[in-house]
Amino acid sequence: MYTTVTYDGSFDGFLTCVFEIYERRLSNIIIKSKHLFESELFGTHEHIITDNNKSKRVFDGLKKHISAKGCRMLYYAFLSELNGIENTMLSVITYTFKSKKNIISDYSHQDVLQLSKVVKKVGREKHRMEAFVRFQQTKDNMYFANIEPDFNVLPLIKSHFTKRYADQKWIIYDLKRKYGLFYKLESTEIITIDFDLNHSKKDWFTDDEKNYETLWKDYFESTNIEERINTKLHIQHVPKRYWKYLSEKQP
Amino acid sequence: MSFDRIREKLNILADAAKYDVSCSSSGSNRKNTNKGLGNSTSMGICHTYTKDGRCVSLLKILLTNHCIFDCAYCVTRKSNDIKRAAFKVQEVVDLTINFYRRNYIEGLFLSSGIFKSADYTMERLVAVAKKLRLEENFNGYIHLKSIPGASDELMREAGLYADRLSVNIEIPTKEGLKKLAPDKKHDDFIKPMKKVKNEIIQYKSEKKIIKSTPKYAPAGQSTQMIIGASGETDMQIMYTSNYLYNKFDLKRVYYSGYIPVSYDKRLPMIGTEVPVLRENRLYQTDWLLRFYGFDVREILNPEHPDLDLDIDPKLSWALRNLHQFPVDVNKADKMMLARVPGLGMVSVHKILNARRFRNLNWEHLKTIGVKLNRAKYFITCNSRYFETRDYSASKLKDILVHNSTGKHKQAFTGQLALFT
Ligand code: SF4
Repeated sequence: MYTTVTYDGSFDGFLTCVFEIYERRLSNIIIKSKHLFESELFGTHEHIITDNNKSKRVFDGLKKHISAKGCRMLYYAFLSELNGIENTMLSVITYTFKSKKNIISDYSHQDVLQLSKVVKKVGREKHRMEAFVRFQQTKDNMYFANIEPDFNVLPLIKSHFTKRYADQKWIIYDLKRKYGLFYKLESTEIITIDFDLNHSKKDWFTDDEKNYETLWKDYFESTNIEERINTKLHIQHVPKRYWKYLSEKQP
Repeated sequence: MSFDRIREKLNILADAAKYDVSCSSSGSNRKNTNKGLGNSTSMGICHTYTKDGRCVSLLKILLTNHCIFDCAYCVTRKSNDIKRAAFKVQEVVDLTINFYRRNYIEGLFLSSGIFKSADYTMERLVAVAKKLRLEENFNGYIHLKSIPGASDELMREAGLYADRLSVNIEIPTKEGLKKLAPDKKHDDFIKPMKKVKNEIIQYKSEKKIIKSTPKYAPAGQSTQMIIGASGETDMQIMYTSNYLYNKFDLKRVYYSGYIPVSYDKRLPMIGTEVPVLRENRLYQTDWLLRFYGFDVREILNPEHPDLDLDIDPKLSWALRNLHQFPVDVNKADKMMLARVPGLGMVSVHKILNARRFRNLNWEHLKTIGVKLNRAKYFITCNSRYFETRDYSASKLKDILVHNSTGKHKQAFTGQLALFT
């Protein structure tokens, strides 16, 4: 018989579940974000309230064994939002506390290996977003970009964009998860906007905007060396699902 | 400024610049100071890829394609009948800033044909970089081309604003240079390289004493050689390369397969295939020298003046040195593991890491993701089963070339397959 424990969807919430599982010696557990939980016919269900003190104790305990790098890997995996990732993480955490060693690179353990694969995917997505975000300048002098990443990478790209674009206001908005980052020259905050995407986007942007998009597209075209064309390699680097972001790829 | 005019200039001057294959934006570490614009990190970002799979991270353009020289291998040469254009300093600054703000690029790579004189040209390149840094508070990446023959004073100033400086050798041998670029002297390349190297050393040592000493070309210098334009051997290319790495502390040497741009009798004919595979083998060799601890003479020497095209240089070396194999993955040191065909540095690290936990057997190697189809002929591990048959070098080569279906056969994907 399984018990499903649910949490509020935050990383701290997840760690609080881990705390409770240890504290109360629960077994046969499935951890799930409450947003994804549908009450089950069999098994029992309990919702766990996020408690930052408890989550911190788990985090600090983990850090002692798998160092900051290992903790970062858990966070990356968490942001993948993959179905069942919480239980893979729980297994890695259990293995850590049992062996009391830094096992984060012991790839002969199946869940450690699985975790590292997910981390790699999330890391790749983070880099791709840092590369493929394309800002458009709005009439009120803001730089705006939409993304729809496979994983929830906004928290991971925040620091990169904040450091780089320190003298311009910008927004990066995740259309899939319906929230965004907004940098207003002092700090970067989380925002949600209700926009009407049917509303003609053209009205938002400056006239220059179109010109620069054209120049960039021209530039992209002229980097080609006809004699060397290799489409397979090109698509390997820029998978087609990312083309929608790239102004140089628009007709 | 009129948009159409800018557009036309960009088309001409980007097209003329694309033959320079270097597009790296890595190796610098400029922080964003005083809430300015941009930074550059040690890992560059590729913002898109060309249709032949090369990384696009910089706005790579010529300031002008007017040139007083007539180098046979170059589209910009004086005698070539093409459209010419020239950017104003401010136009380049505006393009760079506006591309950068939209997250199109990591920075600017500015080169130029030589108009009037070397110094006159270099002065303008420096002016662009200076404006970007001082007026626009721009901290993104700047790569300037050193114009052969430019004065020491200008080269010193260039390094204060640029992250990287490069002067392209283009032709690997002195004789080839004489034949194809009679206006240029070997010394004109060497002089700016020497100057920049010395300045880098001087600024670094001053920085140790006085913290506020400005950065000088923090991403170092690089150069490019054209491959297959002057009938040179791979040995000549790599020995030159090796000399440049050692003598001038170059960060990178780029190899660019010659793309026929002229009916000149001294050069391969128009329509000749670009030697992409050869180029790839040279990059692999370059990599072996810089990161795998190989000496250039182990790979290329008078008995083997050219690289094999059908197998990579590490495998080729291993087949000539079978007496050094097999190696035991549980005991061999890092540098020996790195010499095993089929094991890249990533795999080497995986092995080093995993063997701390247990004695590795074939299953372990597979689980941690080490590809064995090549390596298995060259290693042993904690298992009674291993390749016991004593293959001859030619037989082994046969097996390996035969085995490498699909992926490996088509793997000559330019420098990208390899780590740029
Ligand atoms: S000096 Fe440079 S731009 Fe001019 S022809 Fe020679 S290689 Fe081309």
